[in-house]
Amino acid sequence: MAQRFKDIDYIGLFLWLFRAAIIVIVVWGTVAKLFLGQGNAYTTKDWINFLVAGLSQGSIFALIALGYTLVYGVLFMINFAHGEFFMAGTMTATIFVALPLSASGFLDKHPVIGMLAILVVAMVVSVSVALLTERVAYRPLRRAPRLVPLITAIGASFFWQYFFAGLFGSGLIPFPELAVLRGAWMIGGVEFLKTRAVVMIASVIMLIGLYIFIMRTKTGTAIRAVAEDKDIAALMGIDVDRTISITFATGAAMAGVAGILYGLVFRQVNFIMGFVPGIKAFTAAVLGGIGSIPGAAIGGFFLGVFEAIGPPLFLEGLGIPGSHQLKDVIAFTMLVLVLIFRPQGIIGERLAEKKA
Amino acid sequence: MALLEVNDIHTYYGNIHALKGISVTVEEGEIVSLIGGNGAGKTTTLRTISGLLQPRSGNVLFAGEDLSKYRAHHLVAKGIAMVPEGRGVFARLSVSENLGMGAYHRNDKDGIAEDLERVYKLFPRLEERQNQVAGTLSGGEQQMLAMGRAMMSRPSLLLMDEPSMGLAPVLVEAIFDTIEEINKEGTTILLVEQNAHMALQVAHRGYVLQTGEIILSNSAQELQKDPTVQKAYLGIE
Repeated sequence: MAQRFKDIDYIGLFLWLFRAAIIVIVVWGTVAKLFLGQGNAYTTKDWINFLVAGLSQGSIFALIALGYTLVYGVLFMINFAHGEFFMAGTMTATIFVALPLSASGFLDKHPVIGMLAILVVAMVVSVSVALLTERVAYRPLRRAPRLVPLITAIGASFFWQYFFAGLFGSGLIPFPELAVLRGAWMIGGVEFLKTRAVVMIASVIMLIGLYIFIMRTKTGTAIRAVAEDKDIAALMGIDVDRTISITFATGAAMAGVAGILYGLVFRQVNFIMGFVPGIKAFTAAVLGGIGSIPGAAIGGFFLGVFEAIGPPLFLEGLGIPGSHQLKDVIAFTMLVLVLIFRPQGIIGERLAEKKA
Repeated sequence: MALLEVNDIHTYYGNIHALKGISVTVEEGEIVSLIGGNGAGKTTTLRTISGLLQPRSGNVLFAGEDLSKYRAHHLVAKGIAMVPEGRGVFARLSVSENLGMGAYHRNDKDGIAEDLERVYKLFPRLEERQNQVAGTLSGGEQQMLAMGRAMMSRPSLLLMDEPSMGLAPVLVEAIFDTIEEINKEGTTILLVEQNAHMALQVAHRGYVLQTGEIILSNSAQELQKDPTVQKAYLGIE
Protein backbone atom coordinates (compact mmCIF):
# COMPACT_ATOMS: atom_id res chain seq x y z
CA MET A 1 0.00 0.00 0.00
CA ALA A 2 2.74 2.40 0.96
CA GLN A 3 4.64 1.35 -2.11
CA ARG A 4 1.67 2.08 -4.29
CA PHE A 5 1.23 5.52 -2.81
CA LYS A 6 4.80 6.36 -3.77
CA ASP A 7 4.15 5.44 -7.37
CA ILE A 8 1.74 8.33 -7.92
CA ASP A 9 3.27 10.69 -10.38
CA TYR A 10 2.57 14.11 -8.84
CA ILE A 11 3.49 16.07 -11.92
CA GLY A 12 1.27 13.89 -14.07
CA LEU A 13 -1.55 14.28 -11.57
CA PHE A 14 -1.14 18.05 -11.53
CA LEU A 15 -1.17 18.18 -15.33
CA TRP A 16 -4.35 16.13 -15.47
CA LEU A 17 -6.04 18.39 -12.92
CA PHE A 18 -4.82 21.44 -14.79
CA ARG A 19 -6.18 20.10 -18.05
CA ALA A 20 -9.50 19.23 -16.44
CA ALA A 21 -9.73 22.67 -14.80
CA ILE A 22 -9.20 24.42 -18.13
CA ILE A 23 -11.86 22.32 -19.80
CA VAL A 24 -14.30 22.97 -16.95
CA ILE A 25 -13.71 26.72 -17.13
CA VAL A 26 -14.13 26.83 -20.89
CA VAL A 27 -17.26 24.66 -20.87
CA TRP A 28 -18.79 26.48 -17.92
CA GLY A 29 -18.09 29.89 -19.48
CA THR A 30 -19.53 28.81 -22.81
CA VAL A 31 -22.66 27.32 -21.32
CA ALA A 32 -23.22 30.35 -19.11
CA LYS A 33 -22.81 32.59 -22.15
CA LEU A 34 -24.93 30.72 -24.66
CA PHE A 35 -27.67 29.19 -22.53
CA LEU A 36 -27.90 31.25 -19.37
CA GLY A 37 -27.56 34.58 -21.15
CA GLN A 38 -24.74 36.00 -19.04
CA GLY A 39 -23.16 39.25 -20.18
CA ASN A 40 -23.99 41.04 -23.44
CA ALA A 41 -26.40 39.41 -25.83
CA TYR A 42 -24.79 38.77 -29.21
CA THR A 43 -26.58 37.96 -32.43
CA THR A 44 -25.29 35.54 -35.05
CA LYS A 45 -24.08 38.56 -37.00
CA ASP A 46 -21.96 39.65 -34.07
CA TRP A 47 -20.38 36.22 -33.85
CA ILE A 48 -19.59 36.28 -37.55
CA ASN A 49 -18.04 39.68 -37.07
CA PHE A 50 -15.86 38.34 -34.26
CA LEU A 51 -14.83 35.50 -36.53
CA VAL A 52 -13.95 37.82 -39.41
CA ALA A 53 -12.01 40.13 -37.12
CA GLY A 54 -10.16 37.10 -35.76
CA LEU A 55 -9.31 35.75 -39.19
CA SER A 56 -8.09 39.12 -40.33
CA GLN A 57 -5.92 39.60 -37.23
CA GLY A 58 -4.80 35.98 -37.54
CA SER A 59 -3.68 36.49 -41.12
CA ILE A 60 -1.24 39.17 -39.90
CA PHE A 61 0.04 36.79 -37.22
CA ALA A 62 0.43 34.12 -39.88
CA LEU A 63 2.59 36.37 -42.08
CA ILE A 64 4.89 37.24 -39.17
CA ALA A 65 4.93 33.64 -37.90
CA LEU A 66 6.37 32.48 -41.22
CA GLY A 67 9.55 34.42 -40.50
CA TYR A 68 10.05 32.59 -37.21
CA THR A 69 9.31 29.23 -38.74
CA LEU A 70 11.54 29.67 -41.81
CA VAL A 71 14.55 30.72 -39.75
CA TYR A 72 13.91 28.00 -37.19
CA GLY A 73 13.67 25.49 -40.01
CA VAL A 74 17.17 26.22 -41.31
CA LEU A 75 19.04 27.29 -38.15
CA PHE A 76 17.07 25.81 -35.21
CA MET A 77 17.18 29.28 -33.77
CA ILE A 78 14.35 31.49 -32.50
CA ASN A 79 15.01 34.86 -34.08
CA PHE A 80 13.60 37.14 -31.40
CA ALA A 81 14.55 40.20 -33.44
CA HIS A 82 11.96 39.24 -36.06
CA GLY A 83 9.34 41.58 -34.54
CA GLU A 84 11.81 44.41 -35.11
CA PHE A 85 12.16 43.56 -38.80
CA PHE A 86 8.38 44.03 -38.92
CA MET A 87 8.59 47.37 -37.10
CA ALA A 88 11.57 48.74 -39.05
CA GLY A 89 9.96 48.45 -42.47
CA THR A 90 6.60 49.73 -41.31
CA MET A 91 7.91 52.79 -39.49
CA THR A 92 10.20 53.82 -42.33
CA ALA A 93 7.53 53.33 -44.98
CA THR A 94 4.95 55.18 -42.90
CA ILE A 95 7.14 58.21 -42.30
CA PHE A 96 8.81 58.49 -45.68
CA VAL A 97 6.11 57.22 -48.02
CA ALA A 98 2.64 56.80 -46.50
CA LEU A 99 2.38 60.17 -44.71
CA PRO A 100 3.79 62.30 -47.58
CA LEU A 101 1.65 60.47 -50.15
CA SER A 102 -1.40 60.93 -47.95
CA ALA A 103 -0.68 64.63 -47.34
CA SER A 104 -0.31 65.32 -51.06
CA GLY A 105 -3.59 63.53 -51.78
CA PHE A 106 -1.87 60.98 -54.05
CA LEU A 107 -2.81 58.06 -51.82
CA ASP A 108 -6.51 58.75 -52.17
CA LYS A 109 -6.30 59.41 -55.90
CA HIS A 110 -4.23 56.33 -56.74
CA PRO A 111 -4.69 54.01 -53.75
CA VAL A 112 -3.32 50.91 -55.49
CA ILE A 113 -0.10 52.49 -56.75
CA GLY A 114 0.31 54.29 -53.44
CA MET A 115 -0.12 51.14 -51.40
CA LEU A 116 2.28 49.22 -53.65
CA ALA A 117 4.91 51.93 -53.15
CA ILE A 118 4.41 51.75 -49.37
CA LEU A 119 4.64 47.95 -49.41
CA VAL A 120 7.79 47.90 -51.54
CA VAL A 121 9.57 50.38 -49.28
CA ALA A 122 8.50 48.47 -46.16
CA MET A 123 9.72 45.18 -47.62
CA VAL A 124 13.05 46.64 -48.76
CA VAL A 125 13.74 48.17 -45.33
CA SER A 126 12.67 45.03 -43.44
CA VAL A 127 14.83 42.85 -45.67
CA SER A 128 17.84 45.16 -45.32
CA VAL A 129 17.56 45.21 -41.52
CA ALA A 130 17.22 41.40 -41.50
CA LEU A 131 20.22 40.83 -43.76
CA LEU A 132 22.35 43.20 -41.72
CA THR A 133 21.32 41.53 -38.44
CA GLU A 134 22.01 38.06 -39.84
CA ARG A 135 25.41 39.03 -41.20
CA VAL A 136 26.62 40.96 -38.17
CA ALA A 137 24.96 39.30 -35.20
CA TYR A 138 24.10 35.71 -36.19
CA ARG A 139 26.46 34.40 -38.84
CA PRO A 140 29.67 34.73 -36.80
CA LEU A 141 27.97 32.72 -34.04
CA ARG A 142 26.63 29.92 -36.21
CA ARG A 143 28.86 27.29 -34.61
CA ALA A 144 28.38 28.64 -31.08
CA PRO A 145 26.16 26.81 -28.54
CA ARG A 146 22.48 27.38 -29.20
CA LEU A 147 21.93 29.70 -26.26
CA VAL A 148 24.41 32.24 -27.65
CA PRO A 149 22.52 33.30 -30.82
CA LEU A 150 19.32 33.40 -28.75
CA ILE A 151 20.87 36.00 -26.45
CA THR A 152 22.26 37.93 -29.42
CA ALA A 153 18.79 37.92 -30.96
CA ILE A 154 17.32 39.53 -27.86
CA GLY A 155 20.17 42.06 -27.95
CA ALA A 156 19.53 42.77 -31.63
CA SER A 157 15.85 43.23 -30.85
CA PHE A 158 16.59 45.97 -28.29
CA PHE A 159 19.20 47.49 -30.58
CA TRP A 160 16.70 48.00 -33.40
CA GLN A 161 13.90 49.18 -31.09
CA TYR A 162 15.95 51.98 -29.63
CA PHE A 163 17.74 52.70 -32.88
CA PHE A 164 14.35 53.49 -34.44
CA ALA A 165 13.13 55.28 -31.31
CA GLY A 166 16.18 57.51 -31.59
CA LEU A 167 15.69 58.04 -35.31
CA PHE A 168 11.95 58.75 -35.39
CA GLY A 169 11.06 59.56 -31.78
CA SER A 170 9.16 57.37 -29.39
CA GLY A 171 5.67 58.81 -29.89
CA LEU A 172 2.83 57.18 -31.80
CA ILE A 173 2.84 58.02 -35.48
CA PRO A 174 -0.53 57.91 -37.24
CA PHE A 175 -0.85 55.63 -40.26
CA PRO A 176 -3.00 57.34 -42.91
CA GLU A 177 -6.51 56.13 -43.51
CA LEU A 178 -7.39 55.17 -47.05
CA ALA A 179 -10.67 56.64 -48.24
CA VAL A 180 -11.41 53.59 -50.38
CA LEU A 181 -11.16 51.30 -47.37
CA ARG A 182 -13.66 53.25 -45.26
CA GLY A 183 -16.88 51.46 -44.47
CA ALA A 184 -17.94 47.92 -45.08
CA TRP A 185 -19.16 45.53 -47.74
CA MET A 186 -22.43 43.73 -47.15
CA ILE A 187 -22.28 40.10 -48.20
CA GLY A 188 -25.29 37.92 -47.43
CA GLY A 189 -26.50 40.31 -44.76
CA VAL A 190 -23.16 40.25 -42.96
CA GLU A 191 -20.95 43.30 -42.75
CA PHE A 192 -17.34 42.90 -43.75
CA LEU A 193 -15.21 45.88 -42.82
CA LYS A 194 -13.28 46.72 -45.96
CA THR A 195 -9.94 47.05 -44.19
CA ARG A 196 -10.27 43.64 -42.61
CA ALA A 197 -11.28 41.99 -45.86
CA VAL A 198 -8.40 43.58 -47.77
CA VAL A 199 -5.91 42.61 -45.06
CA MET A 200 -7.11 39.03 -45.15
CA ILE A 201 -7.02 38.77 -48.95
CA ALA A 202 -3.56 40.34 -49.14
CA SER A 203 -2.23 37.96 -46.48
CA VAL A 204 -3.65 34.90 -48.14
CA ILE A 205 -2.09 35.92 -51.47
CA MET A 206 1.28 36.34 -49.75
CA LEU A 207 0.94 32.99 -47.96
CA ILE A 208 0.16 31.16 -51.19
CA GLY A 209 3.00 32.96 -52.96
CA LEU A 210 5.43 31.96 -50.25
CA TYR A 211 4.25 28.36 -50.30
CA ILE A 212 4.81 28.17 -54.06
CA PHE A 213 8.24 29.78 -53.66
CA ILE A 214 9.34 27.25 -51.04
CA MET A 215 7.78 24.16 -52.59
CA ARG A 216 8.11 24.76 -56.31
CA THR A 217 11.20 26.84 -57.08
CA LYS A 218 14.83 25.76 -57.14
CA THR A 219 15.79 28.31 -54.48
CA GLY A 220 12.91 27.17 -52.26
CA THR A 221 14.00 23.55 -52.64
CA ALA A 222 17.55 24.60 -51.74
CA ILE A 223 16.19 26.24 -48.56
CA ARG A 224 14.52 22.94 -47.64
CA ALA A 225 17.72 21.04 -48.44
CA VAL A 226 19.78 23.36 -46.22
CA ALA A 227 17.19 22.92 -43.47
CA GLU A 228 17.82 19.17 -43.58
CA ASP A 229 21.59 19.00 -43.82
CA LYS A 230 23.97 21.89 -44.40
CA ASP A 231 27.04 19.77 -45.22
CA ILE A 232 25.26 17.66 -47.80
CA ALA A 233 23.65 20.78 -49.25
CA ALA A 234 27.13 22.29 -49.67
CA LEU A 235 28.28 19.10 -51.43
CA MET A 236 25.43 19.65 -53.91
CA GLY A 237 26.92 23.03 -54.73
CA ILE A 238 24.41 25.02 -52.67
CA ASP A 239 25.95 28.14 -51.10
CA VAL A 240 24.68 27.59 -47.58
CA ASP A 241 25.41 31.10 -46.25
CA ARG A 242 23.65 32.68 -49.18
CA THR A 243 20.65 30.37 -48.81
CA ILE A 244 20.38 31.26 -45.12
CA SER A 245 20.44 34.96 -46.06
CA ILE A 246 17.65 34.33 -48.57
CA THR A 247 15.65 32.61 -45.83
CA PHE A 248 16.00 35.63 -43.54
CA ALA A 249 15.14 37.96 -46.41
CA THR A 250 12.01 35.98 -47.29
CA GLY A 251 10.75 36.04 -43.71
CA ALA A 252 11.51 39.74 -43.41
CA ALA A 253 9.70 40.58 -46.66
CA MET A 254 6.60 38.86 -45.24
CA ALA A 255 7.05 40.83 -42.02
CA GLY A 256 7.28 44.09 -44.00
CA VAL A 257 3.94 43.39 -45.66
CA ALA A 258 2.43 42.30 -42.34
CA GLY A 259 3.55 45.60 -40.79
CA ILE A 260 1.75 47.70 -43.39
CA LEU A 261 -1.41 45.59 -43.02
CA TYR A 262 -1.11 46.10 -39.26
CA GLY A 263 -0.85 49.84 -39.90
CA LEU A 264 -4.03 49.76 -42.00
CA VAL A 265 -5.95 48.04 -39.20
CA PHE A 266 -4.60 49.85 -36.13
CA ARG A 267 -3.76 53.14 -37.87
CA GLN A 268 -0.75 53.92 -35.70
CA VAL A 269 2.85 52.80 -35.57
CA ASN A 270 5.74 53.28 -33.16
CA PHE A 271 9.12 51.84 -32.25
CA ILE A 272 7.74 49.19 -29.92
CA MET A 273 4.98 47.98 -32.26
CA GLY A 274 6.95 44.84 -33.14
CA PHE A 275 7.11 43.45 -29.64
CA VAL A 276 3.61 42.14 -28.94
CA PRO A 277 2.79 41.02 -32.51
CA GLY A 278 6.23 39.38 -32.60
CA ILE A 279 5.60 37.37 -29.46
CA LYS A 280 2.07 36.53 -30.61
CA ALA A 281 3.34 35.38 -33.98
CA PHE A 282 5.99 33.29 -32.26
CA THR A 283 3.15 31.76 -30.24
CA ALA A 284 1.29 31.11 -33.49
CA ALA A 285 4.36 29.45 -35.00
CA VAL A 286 4.74 27.17 -31.98
CA LEU A 287 1.01 26.53 -31.97
CA GLY A 288 1.07 25.34 -35.57
CA GLY A 289 4.34 23.47 -35.17
CA ILE A 290 7.52 25.48 -35.49
CA GLY A 291 9.50 24.71 -38.63
CA SER A 292 6.34 23.92 -40.60
CA ILE A 293 5.12 26.51 -43.12
CA PRO A 294 1.47 25.41 -43.24
CA GLY A 295 1.74 25.14 -39.44
CA ALA A 296 2.66 28.82 -39.14
CA ALA A 297 -0.30 29.82 -41.29
CA ILE A 298 -2.75 27.61 -39.43
CA GLY A 299 -1.32 28.67 -36.05
CA GLY A 300 -1.72 32.34 -37.00
CA PHE A 301 -5.36 32.01 -38.02
CA PHE A 302 -6.10 29.80 -35.04
CA LEU A 303 -4.62 32.29 -32.59
CA GLY A 304 -6.40 35.24 -34.21
CA VAL A 305 -9.78 33.53 -34.09
CA PHE A 306 -9.23 32.29 -30.55
CA GLU A 307 -8.35 35.77 -29.35
CA ALA A 308 -11.40 37.28 -31.02
CA ILE A 309 -13.97 34.67 -30.01
CA GLY A 310 -12.46 33.49 -26.73
CA PRO A 311 -13.19 36.51 -24.54
CA PRO A 312 -16.89 36.88 -25.44
CA LEU A 313 -17.44 33.14 -25.49
CA PHE A 314 -15.63 31.79 -22.42
CA LEU A 315 -14.88 34.79 -20.29
CA GLU A 316 -17.95 37.00 -20.39
CA GLY A 317 -20.05 34.06 -19.27
CA LEU A 318 -17.90 33.77 -16.17
CA GLY A 319 -18.83 37.32 -15.27
CA ILE A 320 -15.35 38.75 -15.82
CA PRO A 321 -15.83 42.47 -16.39
CA GLY A 322 -13.06 43.52 -18.80
CA SER A 323 -12.99 40.28 -20.71
CA HIS A 324 -11.58 41.81 -23.90
CA GLN A 325 -8.53 42.95 -21.99
CA LEU A 326 -7.87 39.29 -21.38
CA LYS A 327 -7.26 38.30 -24.98
CA ASP A 328 -3.52 38.35 -24.39
CA VAL A 329 -4.05 36.08 -21.40
CA ILE A 330 -5.83 33.67 -23.71
CA ALA A 331 -3.00 33.81 -26.25
CA PHE A 332 -0.29 33.04 -23.74
CA THR A 333 -2.36 30.47 -21.86
CA MET A 334 -2.64 28.70 -25.18
CA LEU A 335 1.13 28.90 -25.64
CA VAL A 336 1.68 27.28 -22.25
CA LEU A 337 -0.98 24.64 -22.91
CA VAL A 338 0.52 23.76 -26.28
CA LEU A 339 4.00 23.52 -24.84
CA ILE A 340 2.75 21.20 -22.12
CA PHE A 341 0.37 18.98 -24.01
CA ARG A 342 1.43 19.09 -27.64
CA PRO A 343 4.99 20.38 -27.91
CA GLN A 344 5.14 19.53 -31.61
CA GLY A 345 2.23 21.90 -32.34
CA ILE A 346 -0.93 21.30 -34.35
CA ILE A 347 0.76 19.76 -37.39
CA GLY A 348 4.45 19.91 -36.49
CA GLU A 349 6.91 17.12 -35.90
CA ARG A 350 8.25 16.38 -32.45
CA LEU A 351 11.11 18.73 -31.68
CA ALA A 352 13.04 15.95 -30.00
CA GLU A 353 13.07 13.91 -33.18
CA LYS A 354 14.69 16.68 -35.15
CA LYS A 355 18.41 16.77 -34.92
CA ALA A 356 19.62 19.94 -33.35
CA MET B 1 48.98 14.79 -64.89
CA ALA B 2 46.80 12.96 -62.44
CA LEU B 3 43.15 14.02 -62.18
CA LEU B 4 43.33 14.13 -58.38
CA GLU B 5 46.48 14.56 -56.41
CA VAL B 6 46.37 14.59 -52.62
CA ASN B 7 49.75 15.70 -51.27
CA ASP B 8 50.69 14.88 -47.69
CA ILE B 9 47.57 16.24 -46.00
CA HIS B 10 47.29 16.59 -42.24
CA THR B 11 43.74 17.12 -40.97
CA TYR B 12 42.70 17.71 -37.38
CA TYR B 13 39.41 17.53 -35.46
CA GLY B 14 40.20 20.10 -32.82
CA ASN B 15 43.38 18.68 -31.30
CA ILE B 16 42.90 15.18 -32.67
CA HIS B 17 45.38 14.49 -35.43
CA ALA B 18 43.12 12.48 -37.77
CA LEU B 19 45.17 12.37 -40.96
CA LYS B 20 48.92 12.10 -40.57
CA GLY B 21 50.20 12.83 -44.05
CA ILE B 22 47.94 11.16 -46.59
CA SER B 23 49.03 11.17 -50.24
CA VAL B 24 46.76 9.69 -52.88
CA THR B 25 46.72 10.07 -56.65
CA VAL B 26 43.86 9.15 -58.94
CA GLU B 27 44.42 8.99 -62.69
CA GLU B 28 41.66 9.81 -65.12
CA GLY B 29 39.41 6.83 -65.82
CA GLU B 30 40.49 4.84 -62.76
CA ILE B 31 38.62 3.35 -59.86
CA VAL B 32 40.75 3.75 -56.75
CA SER B 33 39.75 2.23 -53.42
CA LEU B 34 40.75 3.38 -49.96
CA ILE B 35 40.26 0.51 -47.55
CA GLY B 36 40.77 0.29 -43.82
CA GLY B 37 38.97 -0.30 -40.56
CA ASN B 38 36.87 2.02 -38.43
CA GLY B 39 38.64 5.25 -37.56
CA ALA B 40 41.38 4.73 -40.13
CA GLY B 41 40.67 8.15 -41.63
CA LYS B 42 38.88 7.10 -44.81
CA THR B 43 35.89 9.40 -44.40
CA THR B 44 38.10 12.23 -43.13
CA THR B 45 40.17 11.93 -46.31
CA LEU B 46 37.05 12.26 -48.47
CA ARG B 47 35.70 15.16 -46.41
CA THR B 48 39.03 16.94 -46.78
CA ILE B 49 39.08 16.43 -50.54
CA SER B 50 35.50 17.68 -50.83
CA GLY B 51 36.26 20.85 -48.88
CA LEU B 52 34.08 20.12 -45.83
CA LEU B 53 37.28 19.95 -43.78
CA GLN B 54 40.40 22.04 -44.29
CA PRO B 55 43.80 20.35 -44.02
CA ARG B 56 46.22 22.06 -41.65
CA SER B 57 49.06 21.29 -44.06
CA GLY B 58 49.40 19.66 -47.43
CA ASN B 59 47.20 20.31 -50.43
CA VAL B 60 44.71 18.79 -52.83
CA LEU B 61 45.15 19.33 -56.57
CA PHE B 62 42.31 18.65 -58.97
CA ALA B 63 43.31 18.67 -62.65
CA GLY B 64 46.39 20.54 -61.50
CA GLU B 65 44.48 23.25 -59.62
CA ASP B 66 44.92 23.77 -55.87
CA LEU B 67 41.50 23.37 -54.24
CA SER B 68 42.36 25.08 -50.94
CA LYS B 69 41.06 28.43 -52.17
CA TYR B 70 37.58 27.00 -52.82
CA ARG B 71 34.77 26.23 -50.42
CA ALA B 72 32.83 22.97 -50.51
CA HIS B 73 29.97 24.33 -52.62
CA HIS B 74 32.32 25.48 -55.38
CA LEU B 75 33.67 22.01 -56.07
CA VAL B 76 30.60 20.57 -57.81
CA ALA B 77 31.01 23.07 -60.61
CA LYS B 78 34.67 21.99 -60.89
CA GLY B 79 33.52 18.41 -61.53
CA ILE B 80 33.74 16.73 -58.14
CA ALA B 81 30.63 15.02 -56.76
CA MET B 82 30.22 13.03 -53.57
CA VAL B 83 28.03 10.14 -52.51
CA PRO B 84 28.22 10.77 -48.77
CA GLU B 85 28.49 8.29 -45.94
CA GLY B 86 25.10 7.00 -44.85
CA ARG B 87 23.71 8.15 -48.21
CA GLY B 88 22.73 11.62 -47.01
CA VAL B 89 19.60 11.92 -49.11
CA PHE B 90 17.28 14.80 -48.20
CA ALA B 91 14.64 12.74 -46.42
CA ARG B 92 11.82 15.28 -46.70
CA LEU B 93 12.43 16.08 -50.36
CA SER B 94 10.95 13.92 -53.10
CA VAL B 95 13.14 11.67 -55.22
CA SER B 96 13.00 14.04 -58.19
CA GLU B 97 13.73 17.05 -55.95
CA ASN B 98 16.79 15.23 -54.58
CA LEU B 99 17.99 14.58 -58.11
CA GLY B 100 17.32 18.22 -58.97
CA MET B 101 19.56 19.31 -56.09
CA GLY B 102 22.35 17.24 -57.65
CA ALA B 103 22.15 19.50 -60.69
CA TYR B 104 21.77 22.65 -58.56
CA HIS B 105 24.70 24.55 -60.10
CA ARG B 106 23.65 23.82 -63.68
CA ASN B 107 21.41 25.91 -65.88
CA ASP B 108 21.41 23.84 -69.08
CA LYS B 109 17.85 22.52 -69.06
CA ASP B 110 18.40 20.10 -71.95
CA GLY B 111 21.55 18.65 -70.43
CA ILE B 112 19.81 18.19 -67.09
CA ALA B 113 16.87 16.42 -68.73
CA GLU B 114 19.31 14.18 -70.58
CA ASP B 115 21.15 13.26 -67.39
CA LEU B 116 17.89 12.67 -65.56
CA GLU B 117 16.94 10.18 -68.26
CA ARG B 118 20.32 8.50 -67.92
CA VAL B 119 19.93 8.22 -64.13
CA TYR B 120 16.43 6.80 -64.50
CA LYS B 121 17.78 4.28 -67.02
CA LEU B 122 20.52 3.29 -64.58
CA PHE B 123 18.05 3.08 -61.68
CA PRO B 124 14.53 2.39 -62.99
CA ARG B 125 13.35 2.10 -59.39
CA LEU B 126 13.95 5.81 -58.90
CA GLU B 127 11.72 6.71 -61.83
CA GLU B 128 8.89 4.64 -60.37
CA ARG B 129 9.23 6.52 -57.09
CA GLN B 130 10.06 9.99 -58.38
CA ASN B 131 7.30 11.72 -56.42
CA GLN B 132 7.86 9.77 -53.24
CA VAL B 133 9.56 11.44 -50.29
CA ALA B 134 13.15 10.12 -50.05
CA GLY B 135 12.83 9.29 -46.33
CA THR B 136 10.34 6.54 -47.18
CA LEU B 137 12.71 4.70 -49.54
CA SER B 138 14.51 1.51 -48.53
CA GLY B 139 18.24 1.62 -47.77
CA GLY B 140 19.15 0.26 -51.20
CA GLU B 141 16.89 2.75 -52.97
CA GLN B 142 18.40 5.58 -50.95
CA GLN B 143 21.86 4.47 -52.01
CA MET B 144 20.72 4.49 -55.64
CA LEU B 145 19.27 7.96 -55.10
CA ALA B 146 22.52 9.24 -53.57
CA MET B 147 24.45 7.86 -56.54
CA GLY B 148 21.95 9.18 -59.06
CA ARG B 149 21.99 12.59 -57.39
CA ALA B 150 25.79 12.73 -57.64
CA MET B 151 25.60 11.72 -61.32
CA MET B 152 23.23 14.63 -61.97
CA SER B 153 26.14 17.05 -61.68
CA ARG B 154 27.89 15.20 -64.54
CA PRO B 155 31.06 14.85 -62.48
CA SER B 156 34.50 13.96 -63.78
CA LEU B 157 35.44 12.63 -60.32
CA LEU B 158 32.99 10.78 -58.10
CA LEU B 159 33.85 10.35 -54.42
CA MET B 160 31.95 7.50 -52.79
CA ASP B 161 31.88 6.94 -49.05
CA GLU B 162 30.90 3.39 -47.98
CA PRO B 163 28.29 2.67 -50.66
CA SER B 164 27.82 -0.87 -49.30
CA MET B 165 27.10 0.18 -45.72
CA GLY B 166 24.06 -1.53 -44.24
CA LEU B 167 22.91 -3.14 -47.48
CA ALA B 168 21.96 -6.77 -48.12
CA PRO B 169 24.62 -8.76 -50.05
CA VAL B 170 22.50 -8.92 -53.22
CA LEU B 171 22.17 -5.15 -53.23
CA VAL B 172 25.88 -4.71 -52.57
CA GLU B 173 26.60 -6.72 -55.74
CA ALA B 174 24.17 -4.58 -57.70
CA ILE B 175 25.64 -1.33 -56.38
CA PHE B 176 29.18 -2.40 -57.29
CA ASP B 177 28.02 -3.45 -60.76
CA THR B 178 26.64 0.04 -61.18
CA ILE B 179 29.89 1.58 -59.94
CA GLU B 180 31.76 -0.30 -62.67
CA GLU B 181 29.18 0.78 -65.23
CA ILE B 182 29.46 4.45 -64.24
CA ASN B 183 33.24 4.14 -64.48
CA LYS B 184 33.06 2.57 -67.95
CA GLU B 185 30.98 5.52 -69.11
CA GLY B 186 33.98 7.70 -68.27
CA THR B 187 33.66 8.85 -64.65
CA THR B 188 36.74 8.51 -62.45
CA ILE B 189 35.92 7.09 -59.02
CA LEU B 190 37.56 7.31 -55.63
CA LEU B 191 35.90 4.77 -53.38
CA VAL B 192 36.12 4.41 -49.62
CA GLU B 193 35.05 1.03 -48.28
CA GLN B 194 35.16 -1.25 -45.28
CA ASN B 195 34.06 -4.08 -47.56
CA ALA B 196 37.62 -4.60 -48.83
CA HIS B 197 36.67 -7.69 -50.80
CA MET B 198 34.21 -5.85 -53.06
CA ALA B 199 36.26 -2.68 -53.15
CA LEU B 200 39.37 -4.43 -54.44
CA GLN B 201 37.38 -6.45 -56.93
CA VAL B 202 36.13 -3.39 -58.85
CA ALA B 203 39.16 -1.13 -58.32
CA HIS B 204 42.24 -0.72 -60.45
CA ARG B 205 44.38 0.39 -57.55
CA GLY B 206 44.02 0.58 -53.81
CA TYR B 207 45.40 2.21 -50.69
CA VAL B 208 45.25 0.73 -47.21
CA LEU B 209 44.75 3.19 -44.37
CA GLN B 210 45.44 2.62 -40.71
CA THR B 211 45.04 5.27 -37.98
CA GLY B 212 45.48 8.19 -40.32
CA GLU B 213 48.35 6.83 -42.37
CA ILE B 214 48.73 4.91 -45.59
CA ILE B 215 50.43 1.62 -44.84
CA LEU B 216 50.16 0.01 -48.28
CA SER B 217 49.43 1.00 -51.83
CA ASN B 218 49.46 -1.15 -54.93
CA SER B 219 47.35 -2.40 -57.80
CA ALA B 220 44.11 -4.00 -56.65
CA GLN B 221 45.23 -7.46 -57.78
CA GLU B 222 48.48 -7.27 -55.84
CA LEU B 223 46.67 -6.00 -52.74
CA GLN B 224 44.25 -8.92 -52.89
CA LYS B 225 47.28 -11.25 -52.78
CA ASP B 226 49.05 -9.33 -50.01
CA PRO B 227 49.21 -11.41 -46.80
CA THR B 228 48.61 -8.40 -44.49
CA VAL B 229 45.54 -7.37 -46.45
CA GLN B 230 44.27 -10.92 -46.63
CA LYS B 231 44.61 -11.34 -42.91
CA ALA B 232 43.34 -7.97 -41.71
CA TYR B 233 40.73 -7.02 -44.29
CA LEU B 234 39.72 -10.04 -46.35
CA GLY B 235 39.39 -12.51 -43.49
CA ILE B 236 41.70 -15.04 -45.14
CA GLU B 237 44.12 -16.76 -42.73
